[in-house]
Amino acid sequence: MISGISIYELLTVTSILFFIGIYGFITRKNLISILMSIELILNASVINFVIINKYLYPDMLQGVIFSIFIIAVAAAETALAVSIIINLYRQINSVEVKDTELMKY
Amino acid sequence: MDLSYIILIPLIPLAVFLLLGIFNQKIKPSVSGHIGVFGLLSSTILSFYTAYQYFFVYGKVNGVYQTFVDKTTWMNFTDTLHIDMGILIDPISVMMLIVVSIVSLMVHIYSRGYMKDDEGFTKFFAFLSLFSFSMFGLVLATNLFQIYIFWELVGVSSYLLIGYYYTKPSAVSAAKKAFIVTRFADLGFLIGILIIGFYTGTYDFETLNNPAGSAILNWASTSFMGLSVLTWALILIFVGGAGKSAMFPLHIWLPDAMEGPTPVSALIHAATMVVAGVFLVARLFPMYYFVEDGFALNIVAFVGAFSSLFAAIIAITQTDIKRVLAYSTMSQLGYMMLALGVSGYEGHEGLGYMSSMFHLFTHAMFKALLFLGAGSVIHAVHSNYLKDMGSLRKYMPITNITFLIAALAIAGVPPFAGFWSKDEILVAAYEHNKLIYYVGVFVAGLTAFYIFRIYFGIFWGKQTEYEHIPKESPLSMTFPLIVLALLSIVGGFIPFSEFVTPDKAGFEAHLNFPLAAVAVTVGFIGIALAWLFYKKENNLSDRFAEGFGMFYKWTYDKFYFDEIYLFITKKILFKRISAPAAWFDRNVVDATMNLIGNSTVTTSKKIKGLQSGKVQDYAFAFIAGVVIIAVVFIYLWTN
Repeated sequence: MISGISIYELLTVTSILFFIGIYGFITRKNLISILMSIELILNASVINFVIINKYLYPDMLQGVIFSIFIIAVAAAETALAVSIIINLYRQINSVEVKDTELMKY
Repeated sequence: MDLSYIILIPLIPLAVFLLLGIFNQKIKPSVSGHIGVFGLLSSTILSFYTAYQYFFVYGKVNGVYQTFVDKTTWMNFTDTLHIDMGILIDPISVMMLIVVSIVSLMVHIYSRGYMKDDEGFTKFFAFLSLFSFSMFGLVLATNLFQIYIFWELVGVSSYLLIGYYYTKPSAVSAAKKAFIVTRFADLGFLIGILIIGFYTGTYDFETLNNPAGSAILNWASTSFMGLSVLTWALILIFVGGAGKSAMFPLHIWLPDAMEGPTPVSALIHAATMVVAGVFLVARLFPMYYFVEDGFALNIVAFVGAFSSLFAAIIAITQTDIKRVLAYSTMSQLGYMMLALGVSGYEGHEGLGYMSSMFHLFTHAMFKALLFLGAGSVIHAVHSNYLKDMGSLRKYMPITNITFLIAALAIAGVPPFAGFWSKDEILVAAYEHNKLIYYVGVFVAGLTAFYIFRIYFGIFWGKQTEYEHIPKESPLSMTFPLIVLALLSIVGGFIPFSEFVTPDKAGFEAHLNFPLAAVAVTVGFIGIALAWLFYKKENNLSDRFAEGFGMFYKWTYDKFYFDEIYLFITKKILFKRISAPAAWFDRNVVDATMNLIGNSTVTTSKKIKGLQSGKVQDYAFAFIAGVVIIAVVFIYLWTN
């Protein structure tokens, strides 16, 4: 509970963050940038968990604990994604999205 | 009667076939010939033992020969209708065992000489054994379906052996022709079998042939187009038999089948397989006789009489000696058929049936001898045509004498085998139907004429200059000739009427002297004409042929039956039915399927661009979808 700031303003901020992530995911050409955009999306949802916990159920901690889980999962996922990207780079010498459409059709 | 060893009669040739077939490349030709002969020899000994046991020891009870059956159920259709496999021993099957085993054994021995140095020697003996197995199975069959199975097996063996010289296009087409024509006839046989199975509920010969059984007593219960269904079934079965026995108009395959090696012609296309049709009618004789008062039997008689006349006329003009013998076979088979057709059932009435079986027996001996003799001649002069032969009596004395004996036998000269059986046939025909009798007598004269025409043409006639001096065949070929010649002399003295009769009771058959005298006179006239025309080189026969004019030409061209069939199949069936059907298939049925397939391919080619392989495109589609669904739900929710 932060005095002077309502839940709506905070949710607006996280929504903006979420859609920035979506926009980045769709428009970036580089696999690393796409991965960063995914992090933005995840972070927006983590913040949402914390905010809703704090504003609606101030005497509980589930939201906060769950956000820690998400961060852990996100870290694992990032490690995996980066290793895939590194392997891809070894194969085709590129991390551009346009070079990874070998398996289309 | 102990039946357990009889099963070995067909099984030994089967084992030989498998042995020679599987180890085709590993067995030396000399060894394989011995294996084949030895296998058949065992079967022959067993057949003779069976015949002795049946005819003289166990077979007769109260003066009537019994039928012994040993079978197991193979397939069940309903409670009553089932297919059995087994062996049936009665007078005609034992008689056929003797015929098949003797002729087959002689042909096996003969082939060791005739086929010597042939590349496929082992294969040839394997096929001969396969044929012997099938033929033994056919004569021992207990029911219609079993006989049908072996019927097709002999057809296959015949196909394989006609096409034995498979590098020769004429042999290949002859094999195909034989197979297709007999297959076409077997379609009738199969339909007949199914009708009998449906209306009588059984395939067993014992039940079907019982004169007091339900199948015969209830023949009038169902009718179709004015005739009993059973009559239809019997006519259709006769169509199958007519195909196998080369009856008019299904005879066209038999002359062409002479493309096979000569021992094969002797075994399959003279003595054994082609009599399967006669055997089939004889096997179902009580049905033929009792159903609809013998309506189907009359058809058998007239088809047989016509075929015998038709074939005898063609035989006169042919120049290929094997073809003359082929038409002669067809003519004699017609004789057997007409004898069956004029037969009654009980006691002396069964003379036709008995004489048909008798003629089958004697014909097998002397016709096999004629073919083997012709093979011996062909072996020596390397040609099938009369124009390449002449005066061979000096070079081949044994072949000459044995061929003469066979020719006298088929011409019906007493006391040779053919005289006795032919005389019985003519007596039976005389008692039943005068028209058929006159045809029979006329054919007897023609037979004597054409057979002595080729005899004089081969062994007398013009002096021919040979490139290689022809010499007598080796012992392996002359031995069977001598054995068969002896059988052709003594075969007629077997009292057949004691053993083989329709009611299985046996009767005393007497020689009918006036009729016999007529037949013998006609036979001698035929021989005398042949002697006049062909003994010395002269142009009498040519002048005579010219006198007949067009008729001679038609006969020489076999009354254009091959051409008629070709016209019907090529010009009518292929052009008017098959070609439109093929067009319909290609342009309607296939086209519909192609349209479906092609339109799927074109559509997918057009829309596959949507799958770009770029993960962001998919993500965009996914998110856009989510947004649209969200908007829709929010809109619905707020209202």
